[in-house]
Amino acid sequence: MSLHPRRRAARRVRLLSAQWPALVVLTVIWVLLWGDLSWANVLAGLALAVFLVVVFPLPPIVSDGRFRLVPFLNLAGRFLSDLVVASFKVAWVALRPGPAPHGAVVQVRLRNAQDVYLTLTAVLSTLVPGSLVIETRRDAGILFLHVLDIEASGGLDGVRRDILALEARVLRALASDEVLARCGMPDGRSVVDTVRTTEGEG
Amino acid sequence: MTDVDAGFWTTVADTVAAVCLLAGAFLTFAAGVGTLRFPSLLARMHAVTKPQVLGLILGLTALALRVRNWSAVAMLVLVVIFQLATAPVGAHLVSRAGFRTGKVDETELQPNEMDPSSTDDPH
Repeated sequence: MSLHPRRRAARRVRLLSAQWPALVVLTVIWVLLWGDLSWANVLAGLALAVFLVVVFPLPPIVSDGRFRLVPFLNLAGRFLSDLVVASFKVAWVALRPGPAPHGAVVQVRLRNAQDVYLTLTAVLSTLVPGSLVIETRRDAGILFLHVLDIEASGGLDGVRRDILALEARVLRALASDEVLARCGMPDGRSVVDTVRTTEGEG
Repeated sequence: MTDVDAGFWTTVADTVAAVCLLAGAFLTFAAGVGTLRFPSLLARMHAVTKPQVLGLILGLTALALRVRNWSAVAMLVLVVIFQLATAPVGAHLVSRAGFRTGKVDETELQPNEMDPSSTDDPH
């Protein structure tokens, strides 16, 4: 698609102003890296941020989401405790005598295939329970996970249940009401209820 | 705050820092052992994403508690954020490349739902 140069410039300005959160974050990172809050650092960081956003443009994130504080804290808290538990589990598997456990590849179909939530669920699940995302099917919202110890993770259904519960926490923290309703998770129910519902489906 | 209080809190911070440092060192050691001992590429990726990341976080927490300098702490927080953001992506790319180029021994994966013959949705 060839646009008139002026319209293209206008579009670029609009894209740039739509990406102001990226500009702010990049500037803050720059200032933190220098470890010193001064006008020179802020201006240099801002210039660099604009340069990066213009030269390496990213597709805009579909932001129909809604931030909810309590579910977000629940997501973050569970993430931290899972990270600690999973780390010590993997450390124990590495150090204990005997052969390595039985690995498996599990296919999980998420409720919601939107990029943002798919990515967040994939990243968090790689960091957390004994699982590692090796492949995704983006259009269908399917994750393929390698599981280090399939017996200890409760078998295929146990892994699916854990991942869907993680996705439920992500959606509850960040997705719009509409998305929650579409996924069968109307607002007001606790995360525990959602996990139970998922168990019933599995 | 009196001098006794200040001394007390310094001791607490130092003790917590020591515990964090030891736990972090243990996890990083276990990650190294796991990378060496695990039999397959995919299992090794588990060792480098989980204990290693938490080991680093604990080590840096210990450092932050000892250094007690805001600009240094800000830098350490950045290190943790970048580590959390990049470690899964790195492990994912290595695993996927291994899978796609046939470097993964698929016979030891039981069951393996990636298998082309089982691409139907299991639900």
